[in-house]
Amino acid sequence: MLNAIVYALPFLTTGLFVTLIVSLLTVSLSLVLGGLLGLVLVYGPTPLRWLVRGFSDIVRGIPILVLIFFVYYALPVAGLNLQPFNAAVLALTVFKTAQVIENVRGAIGSIPRGQMDAAKAIGLTFPARLTYVIAPQAVRRFLPPWINGVTDAVKGSALVSLLGVSDLMHSIQQVIGRTYDALPLYVLGALFYFAINYTLSMLSRRLELRYSYIRE
Amino acid sequence: MGYTLNFNLIWRHFDKLWGGLLLSLELAVVAIAIGILIGLTLAIAHVAGGRIVRGLISAYVEFIRNVPLILLVYLVFYGLPQAVDIAYDATTSFIVTLSLYSGAYLVEVFRSGLAAVPAGLIDAGKAIGLTPWQRLLHVRLPTMLRITLPALSNTFISLFKDTSVASVIAVPELTYGAQWINTNTFRIVEVYLVVTVMYLVTGYAILIGLRAIERRFAIGR
Repeated sequence: MLNAIVYALPFLTTGLFVTLIVSLLTVSLSLVLGGLLGLVLVYGPTPLRWLVRGFSDIVRGIPILVLIFFVYYALPVAGLNLQPFNAAVLALTVFKTAQVIENVRGAIGSIPRGQMDAAKAIGLTFPARLTYVIAPQAVRRFLPPWINGVTDAVKGSALVSLLGVSDLMHSIQQVIGRTYDALPLYVLGALFYFAINYTLSMLSRRLELRYSYIRE
Repeated sequence: MGYTLNFNLIWRHFDKLWGGLLLSLELAVVAIAIGILIGLTLAIAHVAGGRIVRGLISAYVEFIRNVPLILLVYLVFYGLPQAVDIAYDATTSFIVTLSLYSGAYLVEVFRSGLAAVPAGLIDAGKAIGLTPWQRLLHVRLPTMLRITLPALSNTFISLFKDTSVASVIAVPELTYGAQWINTNTFRIVEVYLVVTVMYLVTGYAILIGLRAIERRFAIGR
């Protein structure tokens, strides 16, 4: 058992690195995209709002696995031929962007209307209202669920092993393919994922407690 | 790019997708049913139990929630039979995995639901002379179920989508049906378009149905 683990560790660390890169890219790209689209969903003109709502509802209604296969296998027909790694990041980003849009909507929606009205009354422009009144309060509501949602990106990234991206999940499979010793490797892999995600969940819970003093 | 969409082959093999969709739904229903049993039992044990019981329940919940489902699926199907002398087919193994998975999420749902039952109701139960068990059975659980109904429907919809992961151990559900058609006909865009629509339509149909039930049982307002 211990031998199997010592043998596997170097392979797994390489895989872990790929998992972290995929997650990091997904999380940062989706934060930017989802942040912008979330603002469009809340403050944008009606037709754009519908578009964002449609995008978010459709993406959240499809299993991530199907989304990943679709991007990798079906998009080349439309002329977009992506390497497995890029396809994986694109698919996960689309999935995560839809989540971030909802996080943003929820965070801004939880701020009382009076705040916006008061900011208007003292003559702040729209960008100023966002920057000085809405954003500072919304960020506190946004952070805990968002960090908790980062674990979804890490967990979802395990599915990219099915495209042949050598992430943590894929390295585990490769080692098992060589040693035929499945149980210790899966347990070890689970502990790796657990360590990453549990840290994130704890952080999210901490922040939530930290910001829980804000009440209307 | 001279690709012409051709859905004929998809319709010819549509039985694979239709059967797959039914199996996906079945897997989700069985998993949530067992998950509710696990969730209810452990939520009550968590409220009533001592420190060790709580610690064990938390360990189970945190482990499942922080590990990717695909890894759990492999662990139960390929890993577990190595340690325990059991043999099961892929479908049974996936049901075990998805039930344990939904159970872990539902413990949390029910725990917060129990905590959300107004103290006044429990006091009222005491006042009319109900024993602790009667209070649990007739006051706390029914109220808790009505509070947690929206969370239950959300869990069910996620489970329905999560059944797609069963395709990695060749359980013939919807995503596996798509892969089968893809391998045999190469009509990949068509098959994923059809499958995507099937997931969306089914998911939203269930959602609309469940929301109607929620409205019927909503508390207050």
